Amino acid sequence: MNRTLKRAAVACLAMFALLMVNVNILQAVRAEGLQDDARNRRNFFERYAIERGRITAGGKVLAQSVETDSKEFRFIRKYPDARLYAHVTGFFSPESADAIEATENQLLDGSSADLLLRRSIDLFTGEPTRGASVELTINPKAQKAAYDALRQSGKRGAVVAMDPKTGGILAMVSLPTYDPAELSGTNKGKVFTRYDELAKDKSQPLLNRTIAQTYPPGSTFKVVTMAAYLEDDPSRTPQTTVEAPQNLPLPGTNISLPNYGGSACGSGRVTLVFALEKSCNTPFGSMGMELGYDAMKEQTEKFGMGKPLSVPMPVAQSDFGKQEGKDALAMASIGQRSNRMTPLQMAMIAAGIANDGTVMKPYLVSKVTDAKGDTIEEAEQDEWTQAVSSETAAKLREMMVSVVNNGTANLAQVPGVQVGGKTGTAETSDNQPPHAWFISFAPAEDPKVALAVIVESGAARVGAEATGGHTAAPIAKAVMEAVLNK
Amino acid sequence: MSEAAVDPVPMPAKRRGAQLFMLALAVVIVMGAYANVGLAMDGQIPAGMLTYGLGLGGLMLAAYLVLAKFAPWADPLILPLVTVINGLGLVMIYRLEAGGMPLASATNQIMWTAVGVVMFTVTLIVLRDHRALQRLTYTAGAVGMVLLALPAVLPGSISEVQGAKIWIRFGDFASIQPGEFAKLLLVVFFAGYLVAKRDVLALAGRRLLFIDLPRARDLGPVLVTWGLSLLVLVFEKDLGTSLLLFGTFIAMLYIATQRTSWVLIGVLLFVGGAYMAGLVFDHVGARFDAWLDPANPIHYGNADICQQDPPGDPMCSKSYQIMQGLFGFGAGGILGTGLAQGHPDEIPLSFSDFIFAATGEELGLTGLMALLMIYALLVERGLRTGLAARDPFSKLLAGGLSFILAWQVFIIVGGVTNLIPLTGLVTPFMSQGGSALLANWILIALLVRMSDAARRPPPQAIQNEGLTQVFQR
Repeated sequence: MNRTLKRAAVACLAMFALLMVNVNILQAVRAEGLQDDARNRRNFFERYAIERGRITAGGKVLAQSVETDSKEFRFIRKYPDARLYAHVTGFFSPESADAIEATENQLLDGSSADLLLRRSIDLFTGEPTRGASVELTINPKAQKAAYDALRQSGKRGAVVAMDPKTGGILAMVSLPTYDPAELSGTNKGKVFTRYDELAKDKSQPLLNRTIAQTYPPGSTFKVVTMAAYLEDDPSRTPQTTVEAPQNLPLPGTNISLPNYGGSACGSGRVTLVFALEKSCNTPFGSMGMELGYDAMKEQTEKFGMGKPLSVPMPVAQSDFGKQEGKDALAMASIGQRSNRMTPLQMAMIAAGIANDGTVMKPYLVSKVTDAKGDTIEEAEQDEWTQAVSSETAAKLREMMVSVVNNGTANLAQVPGVQVGGKTGTAETSDNQPPHAWFISFAPAEDPKVALAVIVESGAARVGAEATGGHTAAPIAKAVMEAVLNK
Repeated sequence: MSEAAVDPVPMPAKRRGAQLFMLALAVVIVMGAYANVGLAMDGQIPAGMLTYGLGLGGLMLAAYLVLAKFAPWADPLILPLVTVINGLGLVMIYRLEAGGMPLASATNQIMWTAVGVVMFTVTLIVLRDHRALQRLTYTAGAVGMVLLALPAVLPGSISEVQGAKIWIRFGDFASIQPGEFAKLLLVVFFAGYLVAKRDVLALAGRRLLFIDLPRARDLGPVLVTWGLSLLVLVFEKDLGTSLLLFGTFIAMLYIATQRTSWVLIGVLLFVGGAYMAGLVFDHVGARFDAWLDPANPIHYGNADICQQDPPGDPMCSKSYQIMQGLFGFGAGGILGTGLAQGHPDEIPLSFSDFIFAATGEELGLTGLMALLMIYALLVERGLRTGLAARDPFSKLLAGGLSFILAWQVFIIVGGVTNLIPLTGLVTPFMSQGGSALLANWILIALLVRMSDAARRPPPQAIQNEGLTQVFQR
């Protein structure tokens, strides 16, 4: 029987060999695929196993992980001022994340290569891995002021403010907003149901209107046209006069471009500063047509448009519009037709003018510190584009201050501070009231803040020039006061 | 095979010192794993460390002393190998219970381990000559079949747990799986029966395509065993035991008769039976579907229902269990998550049928390779005992017991790793369950008893085992 016993022994060895080969295939070859399977709930638990870093701004905690008693979900995410900062922090849901929670995820959960040293030290000292904390450039006072003022308008809209000298974003508010806590729970069913509700909501509460939505900029774009016109011939000054008819016939069509409400613009021949103060359409239409499509587009690009930008959330591409006819160019030059800008792009235009013509790259993350408080990364201030010469910037500043002091934007005046600004009223194609815009900076002599405000369908059809100024300028004023401690 | 002549079984030595050292090492490994669980969970050595360490050490020392007194020539490796496997199983169950697995109970398993070791020593003390079992061949067969059939005959309220009708429950507090003991008795029966009949069964009948078919009238025993296996499958819904018993019988038939044709006949009968069962019974067909393509959403079904607490209908997903096991293996990877640092509580039945997947998650490929190696060593030591044994009954019994151990590991581990269709079986010495522990410890006692007899120097030294074999032919 020994012969068959030996064969049986070989058969048993073969069975064990088969098992070993199969286990090798499972755990060495197929392991990664099995780990990534969406049905593997371990991925879900791992998201909650690590103490994520905090998101802070100006000494305030915007998001933090709090330990729970649950074994499956050790840490859950809390947002103390959830709705106020929703579009900045984003959410941290069972399967996805948004905004800073998404873009800085590897730092927040400690998996980034930048944290390798910290992780190695923790491994030796036996401490659990903790994520790094992310400090933002947001100024909590400005954020709150923007949020409250925009909410008071009762409309949808966006406010974005930045430091023109550094590019740091001081306020980023988009309304309507949502509660990130509702999307960061551990009950998948509840979270997904709520997400679907928010995603289907016609008012788009999940949309960050400051960077992910483009609007026709309306009259606020006239500063770009003005910039191009001044750059075209350095001898031009705010006092240079231009033709300003009541109606500007558009070549190749049988329609003409009127001023707002069909009114006259001064005596028909006005200074540049008067045209900007009163936001006349006809002179800017002529300027655009005179400069030509290429010059206009180039000037827009010099203000930062056209390059992919992330802050670190990706910013939607603004667009001056396609090259069509002269009529389209005239319309685009006053911020209509297919001209589309993000509110952040408009804030960058105000910031570039405020900062002697240099547009700084906007950013949100000022500093990353590990769990021990050691700095890992600090933001560098980068020049994004050179928009205009410092002489042109000075002329534009002078004119925009005049707009606030003498023109359509008197509601943006801050006592004791020289404010520069430009209103806008953007017609939309559908039968909605136009959007109210305002861009501004302050103080004019040493700018600390530049911003853009848009209130969707916020301009009442009152027939006044000051529609953008009426709704949007007071919001800008509140933000500027908050930044300047007025 | 001519190796027998060139590879004589060497003169055995007692190697008691080596055995004691290995046993101590096994206890140290197990206690190290236990400490590891405590450190990972609460950051401290578990409170019962000293008690359990001394308890396990004392228990194994007692087993060693009994073995040294009553089976001094026994194979020195068998007891330490079993101790490591049993101990790691205990640690896993302790870890699962501490991790909140509602049905895992380390206290019960520790108690049954102790009872198992006591049964091991009692068997060694009482059964001085295993050949006495040969006289009980037909008694063992009869009792084994009764035990096997009992759950099927009893009402479902007593015998059915989670769809498998393999239990006898005494109220709520105790239940046994008679099949585990039946397994042992049936191997004894097969060995005694086949030793008596092997000459007849080995006779050649017709020759077909180079294969000597047995005579038709000798097919009786195979068909009876086959029928019995099918009855187990039909009435107890227990695929695993059915496959285990039939496979073991065929292997022992082959060892006894040296006829490859029996293996072929067995495989054909089994494949036919399994195919029919797959067609007739939904639960068997579902296992095949899940095996062939477990990741397919059609077979995975609505897992949300399966994740309900308490668990929903087991048929809500054909491949939910197997996929959770595979996710566990994947999560473990090469080095494992570390004890108490994975999520084996995600795997259903991770304390019983799927304990190998739970172990794979936390100890990784490295741990599983070591574990499989230990099983393989244990089986080969058993087969070695068979080779060294001096009478045919001992050879066949040792071969049968070793094979059933290997075959059981293959069926359950192959099942949870999706190498073969999943059939529920106990992972020997690891899965939670008193009956299986008890039966397997007795199995080990029998192997130890036989290895003592085989390695004991005979009155007249027979140097060459190969020659012995020639005489027996």
